[in-house]
Amino acid sequence: MKSIVRVLVWTCVAAIGALSLATIAIHRGEPINAMWLVLAALCTYALGYRFYSKFVAAKVLALDPRRATPAERLENGRDFVPTNKWVVFGHHFAAIAGPGPLVGPVLAAQFGYLPGTIWILVGAVLGGCVQDFVVLLFSVRRDGKSLCQMAKEEIGKLGGFVAFVAVIAILIILLGLIALVVVNALKDSPWGVFTIAMTIPIALLMGVYLKYLRPGKVLETSLLGFVLVMLSVIGGQWVSRSPGIAGYFTLSASVLAILIIIYGFAASVLPVWLLLAPRDYLSTFVKLGTILILAAGIIAVRPILHMPALTRFIDGTGPIFAGSVFPFAFITIACGAISGFHSLISSGTTPKMITHETEARMVGYGAMLAESFVAIMATIAACTMMPGQYFAINSPAGIVGKTPEIATSTITSWGFPISATEMASLAKAVGEQNLFNRTGGAPAFAVGMAHIFANSLGGEALTAIWYHFAIMFEALFILTVLDAGTRVARFMLQEALGHLWQPLGRTSWYPSILTSSALIVGAWGYFLWQGVHDPVGGINSLWPLFGIANQLLAIVAFCVATTIIIKMNKARFAFVTIVPLCWLVAVTFTASYQKMFSSNPRIAFLTHAQTLVQQLNSTPAPAAAQAHQLSQLIFNDRFDALVNGILVLLVALIVASSAWEWLRVLSGRKAAEVKEAPFVPTRLGASPELEQEAVS
Amino acid sequence: MRQQIHRAWQLLITTLREIFDENAYARFLAREGIASSRCAYAAFQREREATVEKRPRCC
Repeated sequence: MKSIVRVLVWTCVAAIGALSLATIAIHRGEPINAMWLVLAALCTYALGYRFYSKFVAAKVLALDPRRATPAERLENGRDFVPTNKWVVFGHHFAAIAGPGPLVGPVLAAQFGYLPGTIWILVGAVLGGCVQDFVVLLFSVRRDGKSLCQMAKEEIGKLGGFVAFVAVIAILIILLGLIALVVVNALKDSPWGVFTIAMTIPIALLMGVYLKYLRPGKVLETSLLGFVLVMLSVIGGQWVSRSPGIAGYFTLSASVLAILIIIYGFAASVLPVWLLLAPRDYLSTFVKLGTILILAAGIIAVRPILHMPALTRFIDGTGPIFAGSVFPFAFITIACGAISGFHSLISSGTTPKMITHETEARMVGYGAMLAESFVAIMATIAACTMMPGQYFAINSPAGIVGKTPEIATSTITSWGFPISATEMASLAKAVGEQNLFNRTGGAPAFAVGMAHIFANSLGGEALTAIWYHFAIMFEALFILTVLDAGTRVARFMLQEALGHLWQPLGRTSWYPSILTSSALIVGAWGYFLWQGVHDPVGGINSLWPLFGIANQLLAIVAFCVATTIIIKMNKARFAFVTIVPLCWLVAVTFTASYQKMFSSNPRIAFLTHAQTLVQQLNSTPAPAAAQAHQLSQLIFNDRFDALVNGILVLLVALIVASSAWEWLRVLSGRKAAEVKEAPFVPTRLGASPELEQEAVS
Repeated sequence: MRQQIHRAWQLLITTLREIFDENAYARFLAREGIASSRCAYAAFQREREATVEKRPRCC
């Protein structure tokens, strides 16, 4: 009887999911309710978790509840601590959820809501969740080793080297890109700049409060910080309306870029307790709260999606970034579908906290599903806006025109009616002077989120507060990733430089700290500066580069995972990692090829550089200042092409060496030996429930 | 029902305490056999620094 009920329940879930997906896929010409996306997502996740992750857990990985995990065997009360699975889930989710699943889907909405939604659902269930789950489990079985270490052991030294270079590259491009997102959200916005500027003294105050006044009371301190941040959001309105003070906080993109570069360097060399740690706590506090409120807001308001399912820009002529729906939708949305960066978290602190192997399924697969849902919410937030508003905010001046009248006329001619007056009213409603050309996705997401919040809490009167709350939330989030990312990259660089000259590898030696910090900040600062001075907004070139780098890291993770699965004599099940691996190879290699050699100068770095060379050599010769700018842009294009080419070459090498390793193992020329920690039976006692879960 | 709500609340608090390193501090105090103080927290932060500094935050 019980099994009949179970079959009926899952049949209903599948039917509702299929109906919702069919509705969002075939509906054309009229706006649809966002709840269809929510239902489609929840049903897809439920089915994926219940059936596919269970299949991977039981048949492919053969999770063993009797096997002691490193958290138990190596328990030291510091890194290795057996922890409740729900607690690890929360901890892992807090680490993987960043600005990526919020910004990527907003940018990809230029294709319409459909491509992004389908990729987020299918990519997460069949790819991203599987990656996080298998990497987590393989790290658990190897005493919490990192992805780079596993790549080195299972594929060879080349694997380890490529993983290392991919991680450094992705970090640098990521940091430059997210800094650009903040700059574009805050330029000429005294309210936003004031709020974000205030988070620095608030974080410092939290650090001092935590260290000297209330040692160890982090939750209390974070709550205090949150209250102060909310006061600064409200105070920002007053600042923006005070002509004398507003001037100090009305900053151009160049000035903001310089300030962020200085901030990044300072955050990297200051003591952790003073800025990084309290800021991280504050950001996590705001992040978890806001994601929950946004989910509640969407369910309460059930907004209508005004963006069509598909726009004319699927052909590659999009104003936000150039490139057709394949492959560019699939690299624009990484976090939320498949993100290589997650493999670093899954092989970082999380594997050292898992109490039973069987819990890796809920933590690895389940937390990624939760992040995927965040990406769906971002898609909803972007698509609830009128398409004309969306394109006016996200399109660079170089594409739509510099004045409001020209920009709105261009966007209207695309079939998305909008007027300069409408944009002026929108800007006024959110407390900004101007919302045109705010590329990067953050302001568009903030406008969508402010609408949802205002409709559920406080009404239109609070739209401006909610908009600036959303901007603060994203910028705080991003600056925390910037702090932490700069430090992580600095440590990796110090480790590498230590091989050249030992003192440089000492992480507490100040000359080494300053040198390596300057190198890392200089590297991402270059990308930021390039983006700020790009006539077409920077996002067009940098976001695809970041997406490619992130997905290339996922390829490395899938190569490692496939190698281990084959060595476990489970080659017949290796399709669970080979299918997403092949898809990512097709997507990233196509995107990389197009980014270098497409005949469209808006897509390809080298073709764009060629057109600029022609302009430079044209007669009459351009003025000296323009010639200098052209030379700089040509250099940037060629440099981006070089970075792209090196990354693809390295990953092609790792794919080839992995395939060679698989062939040798499958043909019997190499013994199928996995480098796992030896089996030790658990003393924590596997519950009957866990036993049942493992065998069913 | 009340018991279940209480258990869910406890779990939420434990999760937040883990995310915000309060549990790590409690374990540190238990391991060292000392009470919470400025010096104890400073020692915990020194020990924790290496872990926190190298903890990546995803994009």
